[in-house]
Amino acid sequence: MSNSVKVSDIAAPLAVGVAVLLLWQVLITVLDVPVYLVPSPLRVAQALVEDRELLAASLWVTLKVTLAAFALAVLLGTAAAFLFVQSRWIERALFPYAVLLQVTPIVAIAPLIIIWVKDMQAALVLCATIVAIFPVISNTTLGLRSVDPGLADLFRLHHATRWQTLVRLRIPGALPYFFGGLRIASGLALIGAVVAEFVAGTGCNGAGLAYQILIAGFQLNVPRLFAALFLIAVAGVALFLVMAGLSRLALRGWHESELGG
Amino acid sequence: MTAVPADAAPVIDVLAAGKAYPNGTHALDPVTLTVRQREFVTLLGPSGCGKSTLLKMMAGLLAPSCGSVRTAAVRSGFVFQDATLMPWATVRANVRLPLDLAGHERIAADQRVDQALDAVGLPGTAGQRPRELSGGMRMRASLARALVNEPELMLMDEPFGALDEITRNRLDADLIRLWEERHLTVVFVTHSIYEAAFLSTRVLVMSARPGRIASELVIDEPQPRSESFRGSTRFAYHCRQLSALLADAEAAGAA
Repeated sequence: MSNSVKVSDIAAPLAVGVAVLLLWQVLITVLDVPVYLVPSPLRVAQALVEDRELLAASLWVTLKVTLAAFALAVLLGTAAAFLFVQSRWIERALFPYAVLLQVTPIVAIAPLIIIWVKDMQAALVLCATIVAIFPVISNTTLGLRSVDPGLADLFRLHHATRWQTLVRLRIPGALPYFFGGLRIASGLALIGAVVAEFVAGTGCNGAGLAYQILIAGFQLNVPRLFAALFLIAVAGVALFLVMAGLSRLALRGWHESELGG
Repeated sequence: MTAVPADAAPVIDVLAAGKAYPNGTHALDPVTLTVRQREFVTLLGPSGCGKSTLLKMMAGLLAPSCGSVRTAAVRSGFVFQDATLMPWATVRANVRLPLDLAGHERIAADQRVDQALDAVGLPGTAGQRPRELSGGMRMRASLARALVNEPELMLMDEPFGALDEITRNRLDADLIRLWEERHLTVVFVTHSIYEAAFLSTRVLVMSARPGRIASELVIDEPQPRSESFRGSTRFAYHCRQLSALLADAEAAGAA
């Protein structure tokens, strides 16, 4: 990987971002748009600084839900995948329900979950987990099944036990798929957390970023609304980068996706 | 050495073994053959003649649907059409796999890996990943993996078919040397007449639809065979014979 490639990788999107912000600032100033409709980037930055304690606390609340849901989704999703590859019968019997979980809009079932689960924090985590779990299940299952038939024959020839085949062949072979699932799931966990917070409405024990957006909307405090939105986006990008880094660490040197560039 | 004596101990006994699939495809009509110790037997034929099926039955990877296959070899090695290496593992870990699966101790196993890599002409590559190697080197690593548990029998399924001819010739020459040095018995599948003529002590010519053994040719030439054998009139003579037998087999199948 050469240095020049890395610089342009960062410089190009940065240049686009700066240009858009400049254009935005200029348009707001020239057209004299009122701040309660669209705030200028500088006003959003100002809100970020002025409300930093409130927003940081909310960010932490949302991140806690997101990370707990993500961890739960990875744990349960991987467990489900291991169960599915034990037999086609199990997969056929259970997979439709995983799909059902995936296609049901979380907005529609979140109110039920919030009624049923007393602890609000747990209810939010549960909602976000439901949103995030499917890519982990489907990708890991696919990965565990995608064994090179030649290598499978080789393991059979040497009388490998089920355990040896799992640890030495199936799991390493599934890693690229697994990490692909993690990237999608990390973003979905954040989306799930935000959506669940919206449905929950009032933040009872600590208000997350979604709650701040709701309240800021009611109060026409649009700069703060934008600031909260900005933080959600940054959190999403950060999660994605962490997942990409983990994937690179694990697949470096052998998988096509992490070579060259 | 020349031809294998007819009373050498049998390593593989195939008794009227055939393969038909439930959908009605006859992959292989029942065949009977014996492979004896120190033989280099080649199954030569076009694709679809059941040569790979027969080899996989000998390896125990495929159960015959009739007849029986008995193997007397205690240890055997199998080489696939592709190198079939684990991309995430180093060359060392790949070659060591048969020993690892059998529960061998790590340090002794690593020594045997180094010996096997030396034997196939790949010293100093143990720490590399398969994708860092060329196609020919990957195939050598695959060969080292098959040799690492010092097999008596090697079953090889068109191992060098995907390589360019120059690399293939070089690997063929190395294979014949290993066969000689290690007193191996080899069953080798190929669709190359030249490869069959260069390597084998005996060639079984197969034909397709239905897959069967059409004829047999003993190649009684001194060993070890060198590159000069490729240019000899004897070599050309064997190639012509094999070519004619293949044509006969095809004509009989079409009739």
